[in-house]
Amino acid sequence: MTSADALRAGPDAGVRRPGAIPLLAALVMLCAAIAVVSMGAGAVSIPPGRVVSIIAGWLGLADAPASAREALILYDIRLPRTVLGLMVGATLAVSGALMQGLFRNPLADPSLVGVSAGAALAAATTIVVGDRLLAALGTGVPFALLPLAAFAGGLVTTLALYVIATREGRTSVTTMLLAGVALAALAGALTGLLVYISDDRQLRDLTFWSLGSLGGATWAKVVAVAPAVAAVLVLMPFLARGLNALLLGEAEAFHIGIAVERVKTAAILLTALGVGAAVASCGTIGFIGIVVPHLVRLVAGPDHRLLLPASALLGGALLLGADILARLLVAPSELPIGILTAAVGAPFFLWLLLRRGFGALS
Amino acid sequence: MTLLTLDAASYAVRGRKLVDAVELALDPGELLVVVGPNGAGKSTLVKLACGELAPTTGRVLWEGQELGRWPAWSLAAARAVLPQASGLAFPFTVGEVVRLGLDVVGRALPARRREEMVRDALARGDVSHLTGRSYQTLSGGERQRVHFARAVAQLAAGRLAAGAPRRQALFLDEPTASLDIHHQLLLMHEARRLAREGVAVLAVLHDLNLAAAVADRVVLLRGGQLIAAGRPEEALSAARIREVFAVEAEILRGAAGEAIYAFSMTDPSGDGRLKPGRKDPVG
Repeated sequence: MTSADALRAGPDAGVRRPGAIPLLAALVMLCAAIAVVSMGAGAVSIPPGRVVSIIAGWLGLADAPASAREALILYDIRLPRTVLGLMVGATLAVSGALMQGLFRNPLADPSLVGVSAGAALAAATTIVVGDRLLAALGTGVPFALLPLAAFAGGLVTTLALYVIATREGRTSVTTMLLAGVALAALAGALTGLLVYISDDRQLRDLTFWSLGSLGGATWAKVVAVAPAVAAVLVLMPFLARGLNALLLGEAEAFHIGIAVERVKTAAILLTALGVGAAVASCGTIGFIGIVVPHLVRLVAGPDHRLLLPASALLGGALLLGADILARLLVAPSELPIGILTAAVGAPFFLWLLLRRGFGALS
Repeated sequence: MTLLTLDAASYAVRGRKLVDAVELALDPGELLVVVGPNGAGKSTLVKLACGELAPTTGRVLWEGQELGRWPAWSLAAARAVLPQASGLAFPFTVGEVVRLGLDVVGRALPARRREEMVRDALARGDVSHLTGRSYQTLSGGERQRVHFARAVAQLAAGRLAAGAPRRQALFLDEPTASLDIHHQLLLMHEARRLAREGVAVLAVLHDLNLAAAVADRVVLLRGGQLIAAGRPEEALSAARIREVFAVEAEILRGAAGEAIYAFSMTDPSGDGRLKPGRKDPVG
């Protein structure tokens, strides 16, 4: 028996973890499978086999696609929607995991503690106020401005939360959740005010933000969101060790040799960036950030070196799965995806609370 | 040469001095025990000494250089800390918690070497049999032993870390607080062993008998001030114990001539010792 085996499965081994490579490989396959289904699902149904052969055609691996119309639908509508869904799902799940690590509590989630609401408020402000200001100049709001505004909104909210909930180096999660409720309510009220003063066109845009949807996915959106998503996914491995150590406590992390302030700052910035990008492209989609990391932890344990990439993959798969349901349940119309994730996520959160007891809050 | 020096180090919060102008030197190979009543500033002293807090006035020097100027990773190779019991809201296993101690310091070491260190540290904390258990299911005493093992693993890795200072220190804040008597002695035995290997050990203890039995030097704190420092019997005289802890101490002799303290309550009415069978006037 090697020493690693001994540590993983000693005589009193109560906890078993799967290997990192098999788990990630399984999740990649899950993502690929759901992506193929997602590209086939909709008003014009394309069977999975044809989806695969059309994509193989683009990549030069097979003959040119049989149906130019199907290829066009795939390329212009389904593919950007699928890519956006994977990116946003991954980003939301990773943001949730980062925030839970930062606050050392599995109940933290950007949508619960007002970060999403703050990002949505900033985006809504850009739509309504920016629209009026720019109308005077004769131009519309450039889409690239929305992720920036949403990022700023998410950042301000996250920082406010952290400052409010942290006293003398200790972060009180009870304070954080309650402050999050207050901040979310405030952001909601201000967003409501914007709804009140907005015109019909702006109102349609705003409704989209409050419930969330992948419906408006275009390649332009994908490109606008990609840098933020890439930053989150590329930088997150560098935070994994620090976040692991932070789970022991800030002082303990420092004892182990972690530059605690740097890790905290980076986690706050990445969370705000990720949530901002997600909200800017798809509106507020709740609970992915709490459900996904929790599921991964149940299977793979809390080590962020595996938790973060696994959450990214499962988050992408889950959001895409929800989006397929959103398209199919009331076809030919579409449900806002935020309704679906909340319908599943809220009971899940309650179950988590009941199972863990109130000790989880302190 | 002295490893760690507190040079008139004070730490104040909102004008209240938790540690007040303490002068203290910690040498390699010695086991220094800090004792004092609740609120004497023992934990704050440990935090100053390990770099977790910066002194509000005075200086704390590590290898002659101000502690705050050492980067966290470099300091981590040179000293480990066992804090007072800490919770964990995530289901790490015992083995994983101990491995966290090596995560930064032992980064450059080969995986096999690291696992050896983890295994050895688990044995030193007598928690090998708990390796695969979830930390959250452990008792307070078991958790403390796990964190002790984590600190031991960190020191072992730090000894081999390239470019790091070789002289090391271990800070233990009430390491025996929730341990049974067997594990109290076992843990302090391990601390002594590390001291004999050249590690400077600073431990906060409440049990004066344990302090007298294991310490090379005892430091007595009250109200943030250093009242006495010296060999256990000098620092812990009966008169000083009465003055600082407000209890009577009778010093008995063990088989080897070592001091054994027997304590009894000082009668607040002033007529001497509390008699057996009498009702406790303090309530």
